[in-house]
Amino acid sequence: MNITHILFWFLSVLAVFSALMVITSKNPVHSVLWLIVTFFAISGHYILLNAQFLAIVNIIVYAGAIMVLFLFVIMLMNLNKSTEPIKHRWLQWAGAIAGLCLMLVLVAALKDTEIKGQAALVNSGDIGLIKNLGRELFTTYVVPFEISSILFLSAMVGAAVIGKKE
Amino acid sequence: MPINYYIFLSIALFAIGIVGVLTRRNAIIIFMCIELMLNAVNLMLVAFSKMHHLAKAGTVATAGTDGQLFVFFIMVVAAAEVSVGLAIIVMMYRNIHSVDVNFLNRLKH
Repeated sequence: MNITHILFWFLSVLAVFSALMVITSKNPVHSVLWLIVTFFAISGHYILLNAQFLAIVNIIVYAGAIMVLFLFVIMLMNLNKSTEPIKHRWLQWAGAIAGLCLMLVLVAALKDTEIKGQAALVNSGDIGLIKNLGRELFTTYVVPFEISSILFLSAMVGAAVIGKKE
Repeated sequence: MPINYYIFLSIALFAIGIVGVLTRRNAIIIFMCIELMLNAVNLMLVAFSKMHHLAKAGTVATAGTDGQLFVFFIMVVAAAEVSVGLAIIVMMYRNIHSVDVNFLNRLKH
């Protein structure tokens, strides 16, 4: 049980626990804060897998930009008191049981795959560094990269048009 | 680290996201659960990319780069999706003064 295993289990338990807190918190602001904890745990997993570029982008884009946007909208709507009406008890149970059944089916289907014996390389390997990813992004994937800029432009226009008071 | 651990962790996060979408009525929380599912898939893709890198390390030096670039593009699309989705939720709040998704049942009648 070396330091890598300890970090893996700590980050996994933290991610699952904070994800559970996201869906059980009554207050939406608490849900957002727990989701930020989940994203930091997932970023820790990326660092453990030596995918440093994705870890930093995950923190900047998700924990930085997207979660601030969520928090901003929640504050704007004054939702920070728990005013959400509760679903019927049996509907909640049905949702939980359906999700658990999906999890059971996926685990049962994937626990004996042919890649079972393989391992993910932790702590080493330089494919996750910005040098390699940047070269690949601007040679092989340059067309999807440019198309994503058009997607951002249209999303920006769309958000402005939808949010406009008519 | 065995790949099975990463598969089970991603499945757990994905299932938690599904349960959140099915049991909550606040549109913003449902949206956050969708983000959680996207992140579970991202974690799986990165783990598979490192697994592929380990398996092909001797022959191809940059094996597994594609998986990490897919994660990058998923993040790009998620950022665009969040901006449009939150604009839609704000418009919905302005029209019906609530973010409860059960009020959006006009297609049922």
